[in-house]
Amino acid sequence: MSATGIGAAVRRKEDHRFITGSGHYTDDINRPGQVYAYFLRSPHAHATIKSIDIKPAANMPGVLAVLTGADLAGDKIGNLICGWMIHSKDGSPMKMAPHPALASGKVCHVGDPFAVVIAETLAQARDAAEKIAVDYEVLPAVADPVAAQKPEAPQIHEIARNNTIYQWHLGDAKSVEAAFRSAKHVTKLDIVNNRLVPNPIEPRAAIGDYDSGTGSFTLWNTTQNPHVARLVIAAFVGMAPEHKLRVIAPDVGGGFGSKIFIYPEEVVALWASKRVGRPVKWVADRSEAFLADAHGRDHVTHAEMAFDGDGKILGLRAKTVANLGAYMSTFSSSVPTYLYATLLSGQYEIPHIYCEVDAVYTNTAPVDAYRGAGRPEATFVVERLVEVGAREMGQDPAELRRNNFVKKFPHQTPVIMTYDVGDYNASLKKAMELADCKGFGKRKRESARSGKLRGIGFSSYIEACGIAPSQAVGSLGAGVGLWESAEVRVNPTGSVEILTGSHTHGQGHETTFAQLVSERLGIPIDNVSIVHGDTDKVQFGMGTYGSRSGAVGMSAIVKALDKIEAKAKKVAAFVLEAAEGDIEFKDGKFSVAGTDKSAAWGDITLNAYIAHKFSGQELEPGLKEGAFYDPTNFTFPAGCHICEVEVDVETGKTEIVAWTAVDDFGIVINPMIVEGQVHGGIAQGVGQALCEGAVYDKDAQLITGSFMDYAMPRADHLPSITVDTTVTKCPSNPLGIKGCGEAGAIAAPAAVINAITDAIGSEEIAMPATAQAVWAALQKLNRMPQAA
Amino acid sequence: MAGDTAAVSMTVNGKPITANIDPRTLLVQLLREHLRLTGTHVGCDTSQCGACVVHVNGKAIKSCTVLALQLEGADVLTIEGLAAADGPLHPMQEAFRENHGLQCGYCTPGMIMTAVDMVRRKGHDLDDRTIREELEGNICRCTGYHNIVKAIAAGARAMRGSASAARAAE
Amino acid sequence: MYAFTFHRPQTVRQAAGLLAKNEDAKLLAGGQTLLPTMKLRLAGPPQIIDMSLIEGLTGIEQSGRSLTIGAMTRHNDVHTSPVVQQAIPVLAQLAGMIGDPAVRHMGTIGGSIANNDPNADYPAACLGLGATIITNKRRIKADDFFTGMFSTALEPAEIITKVSFPIPKKAAYQKFRNQASRFALVGVFVSKRGSDIRVAVTGAGANGVFRVPSFEEALKKRFSPKSLEGMTIPADGMNSDIHGSAEYRAHLVGVLARRAVADAIGKPIA
Repeated sequence: MSATGIGAAVRRKEDHRFITGSGHYTDDINRPGQVYAYFLRSPHAHATIKSIDIKPAANMPGVLAVLTGADLAGDKIGNLICGWMIHSKDGSPMKMAPHPALASGKVCHVGDPFAVVIAETLAQARDAAEKIAVDYEVLPAVADPVAAQKPEAPQIHEIARNNTIYQWHLGDAKSVEAAFRSAKHVTKLDIVNNRLVPNPIEPRAAIGDYDSGTGSFTLWNTTQNPHVARLVIAAFVGMAPEHKLRVIAPDVGGGFGSKIFIYPEEVVALWASKRVGRPVKWVADRSEAFLADAHGRDHVTHAEMAFDGDGKILGLRAKTVANLGAYMSTFSSSVPTYLYATLLSGQYEIPHIYCEVDAVYTNTAPVDAYRGAGRPEATFVVERLVEVGAREMGQDPAELRRNNFVKKFPHQTPVIMTYDVGDYNASLKKAMELADCKGFGKRKRESARSGKLRGIGFSSYIEACGIAPSQAVGSLGAGVGLWESAEVRVNPTGSVEILTGSHTHGQGHETTFAQLVSERLGIPIDNVSIVHGDTDKVQFGMGTYGSRSGAVGMSAIVKALDKIEAKAKKVAAFVLEAAEGDIEFKDGKFSVAGTDKSAAWGDITLNAYIAHKFSGQELEPGLKEGAFYDPTNFTFPAGCHICEVEVDVETGKTEIVAWTAVDDFGIVINPMIVEGQVHGGIAQGVGQALCEGAVYDKDAQLITGSFMDYAMPRADHLPSITVDTTVTKCPSNPLGIKGCGEAGAIAAPAAVINAITDAIGSEEIAMPATAQAVWAALQKLNRMPQAA
Repeated sequence: MAGDTAAVSMTVNGKPITANIDPRTLLVQLLREHLRLTGTHVGCDTSQCGACVVHVNGKAIKSCTVLALQLEGADVLTIEGLAAADGPLHPMQEAFRENHGLQCGYCTPGMIMTAVDMVRRKGHDLDDRTIREELEGNICRCTGYHNIVKAIAAGARAMRGSASAARAAE
Repeated sequence: MYAFTFHRPQTVRQAAGLLAKNEDAKLLAGGQTLLPTMKLRLAGPPQIIDMSLIEGLTGIEQSGRSLTIGAMTRHNDVHTSPVVQQAIPVLAQLAGMIGDPAVRHMGTIGGSIANNDPNADYPAACLGLGATIITNKRRIKADDFFTGMFSTALEPAEIITKVSFPIPKKAAYQKFRNQASRFALVGVFVSKRGSDIRVAVTGAGANGVFRVPSFEEALKKRFSPKSLEGMTIPADGMNSDIHGSAEYRAHLVGVLARRAVADAIGKPIA
């Protein structure tokens, strides 16, 4: 392994600009003549807009325009769309209601934008917005997805009866029925997977800039996938033809899924720029982000697991109601279906699985993918069922897991996925050793002496990443293919630019992608630069989410590098006056087999461009190659996380005292970065389990609308984390990578709740397990008659 | 009168500046919008995330929660001024890079400014618990704090070395 | 933020004059509560009176059995003051629990007390120590000063200049944080000064900071956590929100009071 090659903990190339404050995030960019947008948002969860009087606002100082949904419709700006078609079990298509970028006639959630003020300064825009007079007729509202399906619930969109978007299912109901009939033990759980607000620390922002001379638009945008944004805004919203719209995603301050989607504000920034003839900037403040960013999770599930007399799992069934909020966000439909139910087999051999999912509109912010997207929900269902099942049957939870692990690969689950490779026992074993599970009893007694309840919880998770084979996802309803592209541009002096359709917003691609190139071409890592996030530079790409940039994005680079090497060998053959088949390339040097003739990388790259050694008939000058890579399967990262907690009996406060993570991500490019991804994922999972939760009141007003009420995990919520890996190489991509971005968020919630329930001896804890919730559970236990 | 501008003068990263501003201009707006020092970020509107932390007269404060007019004559240091433009990085900056104490980079300037202030107040030997408590006012969504805590401990130790080196050079 | 006019008086008298002339004007001390409120447009004072140029409003002094702190003294200066640490160590600790380090560099004791946020820490210290709030007009006992959530006995154009704390024999503060805002979900301050026993609670009460006479009576017999065992306060009158029900807050008052007394006598529980 070279110091900068695959497997080395190379310090990040991108860090210098961030630690010196010279990064360029969207709000750091200012266009000449730029003006500001302020959105008027509904204060009501559900209301008819009877009238809007914009006149008083339009006359305020600095105001250039006040635009409404009617203006948007008048300019024939199309609706936002959900790009994944799900069909109900009766074959009917999902009920996608219109989602205009500015609501018109009716608002469907608190924060639903319906007008925008464009002014010289943000303060002026905001001052003017307050002068807009709106006459609302407030309608009854519903925030709870189960209540929303009741016939008496307010109907949010005409198209969706009982607010139901689809009633989908996966698996074989009959065989599951039979499995449950033959069971010796059935474990049943009611689970609420709490709604989360992604909250990347950089709020969303957009600058729309229309050039009337060329009729083209530029959008600077906090997006994880600029090309997808361009495609949707061109093809569906109809703002401009694709070639007249450039989308730039500069430095982006975290995404976690929430910056995948195409949002109203960026559409409006573009449109308003054309209307006022000036660049238009919009930057969310945090309160606005709480209302307007897509949220995550929000499932209500009843799940059951059937066991035989030996603790072998016979079957699993689940019924989930998924809250998709007031409108269907870009990929919302796929999250509670193909990203969720397909993972309900966990790491286990479960012969029969059946899952029903109802997706539901409510008067809340749209819900879409958030770190893990469906897979944390699935893992929580499976790992809680296994843990509770073991406890109910008096079995050791680790032993029960071990007995049920998938051990032979490939393994076809009853829910679509074919697990390619893995060694689940290896990660469980290693995690148990690192966590010193043997010493737990002693630690528990020590805690008891100081009045604390100690508990330990496991989470043996699996995820499907490297998203995903285009044909497969197409057959499941995806509106796009999920390949990735790369272009390798070799300069005459031998330095290299990699253009990638992946987008980095914290993941460190500028380093890891360069490591791959450095190793492959034998050139210094500093001679490689990674270009991404600009549709004028990179031809096309699908962006970064679903732990796909290593497995898919880097594989595309490998493919392009293969072509570069082949072409460079042709050049070398001319330079070294040898047969092409005799040219060998190793460590940045071309040599002729069996001779001492060689040429350095830089000699060959220069010759490729000066083209003095070959004629145009023999070889095209230049050294530039592109590739599209479509994966052949999902990848299946898996592992075991062990959480140890102490609960203060008097206050109910939980402290996580130890965390051990052993993950199998396949081949690791940069262990330092991988560990960082694991830490961050765990923090978000711990946040979900212990403190985060978006709460709407009975009128569907968001109670947790700022960091004052929505508890973000802080440094003192978290322990130091022990991270280790086991490795089974992924067979479905050339690098053997599985992906690591989401693992922590997927594994963590179940580990925390399994630990708390172990500590307090009650399974009745919902997330987030706040001090109050744990205290209340303890109170309930104390009130119950003591078992003999 | 409301709507009028007022003049304010201060020193920012060693340079004297004067600006005519709307009285409601926050320090962070003065830095980002008037001086184009965009390394200081805004991540919330309730003074909690700490992305906007800068030093005023040698102390860390949240630049989103102070009016520029309150700081007449003050000495302001931002992330851009922490190390000389062409000189070596500040040891805390180095420590963040060396320990992978950042991912998306957005909270990082505030974290680093907070960390340098922490060392000034709490010394060079910072244990895990102290660092975590002292980070109460800084939110990071990427790193899970693990490597930030490591970076600050290492940066604090390195600052001792550089402080004595700086003294020796005087 | 709504537009405002910015004033920078040099003296308390000038500040009071401005306040008297402008009914809706607001004093700006550290600004750590006022400015966020203004940014969210929850407050829009037409006049802002910045206190930072007024001399003589900062500083910490001990004379005899009392400690006096200037209204514009920053939390961090109280937290790190050797005088405070020596005279009333718990007050230094409490100041170090407010907000976060950056907030403590700006926030002031006078600002905190005048605002009387129901979840703030200083009101508990004032009530729990029997402090006297000194204004440009008079001296007000803490017992009379805090009159309800965000409301105080301050009259128009009355400005806090100092706070004087009697030095207790024993005192401690236990704070259970709201994990989102980090304010006190419940904070309990206990002190003993001769026969004067005080138990003051912040965060929990629907009407702001309050004393717990039943706990004080019990502690008068014996200043020990044991005296409070099994004692609770009624949930009626407690705050109730997503962060803590009235019952939970009432329960925490008992738990934290016991822990605070244990701290005060130097035998902390766990």
